[in-house]
Amino acid sequence: MLTNKPDETRIVITGVGLTAPNGNNLAEFRKSLLTGKSGIQKLNIRYMGEVLAGLCHFDPLRYQKKKDLRRGTRAGSIAIYCAQEAIADAKLDLAGFDKSRTGVYLGITEHGTVETENEIYEIKQFDYDVKYWSHHHNPRVVANNPAGEVTLNLGITGPHYTLGAACAGGNIGLIHGLQMLLLDEVDLALAGGVSESTGSFGIFAGFKSEGALAFHPDPEKASRPFDNDRNGVVVSEGGCIFVLERLSDALKRGAKICCEIVGYAINSDATDFIFPDKERQIQCIKLALNRAGMSPEDVDIINTHGTGTVEGDLVECQAIAAVFGEHPHANINNTKSFIGHAMGAAGALELAGNLPSFEDHLVHPTINLDHLDPKCCLNNLVINEPKKVDKVDYILNNSFGMLGINSVVIVKRFRQQS
Amino acid sequence: MTKEQIKATVLEIIAQIIPDEDLSNLKGDIPIREQVELDSMDFLDIIMELRKRYGIEVPENDYVQLATLDGSAAYLEPRMKKL
Repeated sequence: MLTNKPDETRIVITGVGLTAPNGNNLAEFRKSLLTGKSGIQKLNIRYMGEVLAGLCHFDPLRYQKKKDLRRGTRAGSIAIYCAQEAIADAKLDLAGFDKSRTGVYLGITEHGTVETENEIYEIKQFDYDVKYWSHHHNPRVVANNPAGEVTLNLGITGPHYTLGAACAGGNIGLIHGLQMLLLDEVDLALAGGVSESTGSFGIFAGFKSEGALAFHPDPEKASRPFDNDRNGVVVSEGGCIFVLERLSDALKRGAKICCEIVGYAINSDATDFIFPDKERQIQCIKLALNRAGMSPEDVDIINTHGTGTVEGDLVECQAIAAVFGEHPHANINNTKSFIGHAMGAAGALELAGNLPSFEDHLVHPTINLDHLDPKCCLNNLVINEPKKVDKVDYILNNSFGMLGINSVVIVKRFRQQS
Repeated sequence: MTKEQIKATVLEIIAQIIPDEDLSNLKGDIPIREQVELDSMDFLDIIMELRKRYGIEVPENDYVQLATLDGSAAYLEPRMKKL
């Protein structure tokens, strides 16, 4: 398929910075995905005791001072690490860039929960006297905090904000960055998603109350989308930020171009607070394919959203089967089976984990799939071992969230003259 | 607490608030903010720590008394002598 759009209206990814529970850059993350390395571990949290979670192990002091860590948030720290790593990966010299034409757009599932819980916990020892409530609370909990901390760290003076989009946040941050470039609001976008949800007992307790918090004697086997024995979500933290540029700008500076974003869509179920809706997911996938001018058989890899909940996995499988047929050309995988659900970071992280497929022609698998749920029986699901394929030109990434928000991103291998 | 003990306590609080700064040569008679990077939010952290640790309330009008290490010791001595 040829692209006829002018280079000024084609948006490409030229850098990736990430931290995941099983890797602190794309090379490490990819290696873990190809070798079956999980990032899930036991974690003790207040009020609940032992839970299972995906924790990141990057060095925050690589790009921040100790004082910055004390003052800021975990999500801010994750965002700074990812942004700095993305810029380094893109070989961008920000000093030569107009920082007022750089935007930071980060998807989040929620923000401020961790900090609010911490403050309430702290003032409990003072009998809830609010004069002990921290003056740092408001700048920590404002919804733009993770993106704002990036601008403070990097001296970026263009727009910054987060996009609250539940677990579709990572994809939506990326889509928004693309849109701001197309609108000529910025010349460079740092876009993706972050999550610090593992710091909040409330997130774990909420999933538990819903009957959707995963448990397993072996932490590394707890996240098991599409498996008959799946029993819920493993909450994880993480972040992934992409450097986005117009193709014309990327070519001008001789950037290494990872891929082009050719399709995307966002829609809403308008049916339920929690339960997904097959019809709107089908519609969202088709919207993204239409925008890209593609047919379902053009897609080579589908990264599923599948979180390991009984209902969510089932609905997504039905939606994929409806669009791609019983025997899809695309190979289908799931990244949460390795890293758990990185919430606002999930969509961006999972897309990033698949990007090296353009080069290595390997599709990372869905792990922990010992007994495939017959209702989730997708043909071409890559199970437990990576699969070598002849070509990877298009990757489609599903990311859905509560309140019925759906998002789909399609990226294309970049070829000069494509 | 003696004045020297109070100075040591305030220094320890400041070290916790701005852990990247070298405080070894901090002069007692020069405003702290002229010697190290300590902004208004950091200063409020000092006030909060005194409140949390020792139950000391420093009214906003008295903040200026805590500008230097010596001034802090002089201001806090009557409030901390029984500690």
